[in-house]
Amino acid sequence: MFNSYTENTLVLDVEKCVGCAMCTMVCPHAVFAMDGRKAKIVNYSACMECGACQLNCPARAISVTSGVGCAAAMINAALTGRKEVSCGGPSCGCGDETPKSGCCG
Amino acid sequence: MNRVYHLVSTPGPMTTTWDLTPGDHRDHFLARIGVRRDQHRVPPGLYRLGSPDKESPVFVSANYTLSFDALRSSLKGINCYLLVLDTHGVNVWCAAGKRTFGTRELLRRIEAVKLGEVVSHRRLILPQLGASGVAAHEVKKYSNFTVEYGPVRAADLPEYLKNHTATPEMRQVRFNLRDRLVLTPVDVTQTLLPMLVAMGLGFLLGGVPYLLAALVLFLSGTVLFPALLPWLPTKDFSSKGGFLGLVAALPFVLSVALGHADWSWYRQLGQSLGYLLTMSAGVAYISLNFTGSSTFTSVVGVRKEIYTYIRPMAVMGFLGLISLIVFAFVK
Repeated sequence: MFNSYTENTLVLDVEKCVGCAMCTMVCPHAVFAMDGRKAKIVNYSACMECGACQLNCPARAISVTSGVGCAAAMINAALTGRKEVSCGGPSCGCGDETPKSGCCG
Repeated sequence: MNRVYHLVSTPGPMTTTWDLTPGDHRDHFLARIGVRRDQHRVPPGLYRLGSPDKESPVFVSANYTLSFDALRSSLKGINCYLLVLDTHGVNVWCAAGKRTFGTRELLRRIEAVKLGEVVSHRRLILPQLGASGVAAHEVKKYSNFTVEYGPVRAADLPEYLKNHTATPEMRQVRFNLRDRLVLTPVDVTQTLLPMLVAMGLGFLLGGVPYLLAALVLFLSGTVLFPALLPWLPTKDFSSKGGFLGLVAALPFVLSVALGHADWSWYRQLGQSLGYLLTMSAGVAYISLNFTGSSTFTSVVGVRKEIYTYIRPMAVMGFLGLISLIVFAFVK
């Protein structure tokens, strides 16, 4: 109850891991640790899906669906029951070349 | 913005300083309160800091004044180069999320400033939070520069540079009280207009109590919520905010119950429910929007939160407002 953050899209394929430890360096929430010559997930629920590990894994052993997400689009879809359209709508301040409001402190 | 940079349009490196001027501090203040939010920029390109030579380190940053200034002021006494990417005046982490602080822009910028001719080594130090936009191995492949991820916070750079290793503490992003409070002025200024409108309408309908309720609702969402975040019950921002809204409504409920003994029971009940529902839903909504400013919420989680709470919030807010309006008149 009242916890929407128990699951995320992070998956590590240990078979593919080459042991470079890059994921342990780029993760801002200490989700990964080295277990001998392989990476392992030690703090799964702390993952915020920023995508740094996936992008910096030279062996493509990590997959995570990242993206800033557009809250305005999600709110519209949840309210109206219609399909979620991505950025660009009139209610959305983000996504264009120069973000003006909304996302990001 | 009255910042002066030398040699802005010439191909050679620009120069900057370790020390921040009163003008820089004024610019930071304006950025923090949200005045011309996307205009706090420095020209992208290569900067000389101190008197660097061919062996000096190269640090990469965003062209947002708060990012650039945090970096240069943390590097006091270190002669080096700063390679500033064009992130459209957005900080490193948010820009990395949108890939403007990204592999492609970094490669383009390395090429544009002819970095390979300026320095003899092939190492770049990037802020760790830039990693969600930059693939280090791709940069290496296409430019031959090795990307090294420094600490999350520029302030840890002097310590980091001693042996180029970051402690686990330096690698973790925080969201402490100071980090949260510094964000609140922007949220207050961004909600100022709806707040004033709500206060005005509230005053016309229900006098000073309604005006105060509107003020308390907005400030609870924009200031109290960020301040109290870790101590509010439950995990979801919406339920945390909903709880805070109920607490914020209590003084108004008490004043109706105790201060207006002459009122009919249904007017007392109607206004009390009106305060509780409206303020709970309103604060919950503002709080939900704070997920975007936090440093730990995942997109999957935020989406789940929105789909769970947005309709109940809308229903509560609607019923609460109707109740407040009706029982402003029904004696």
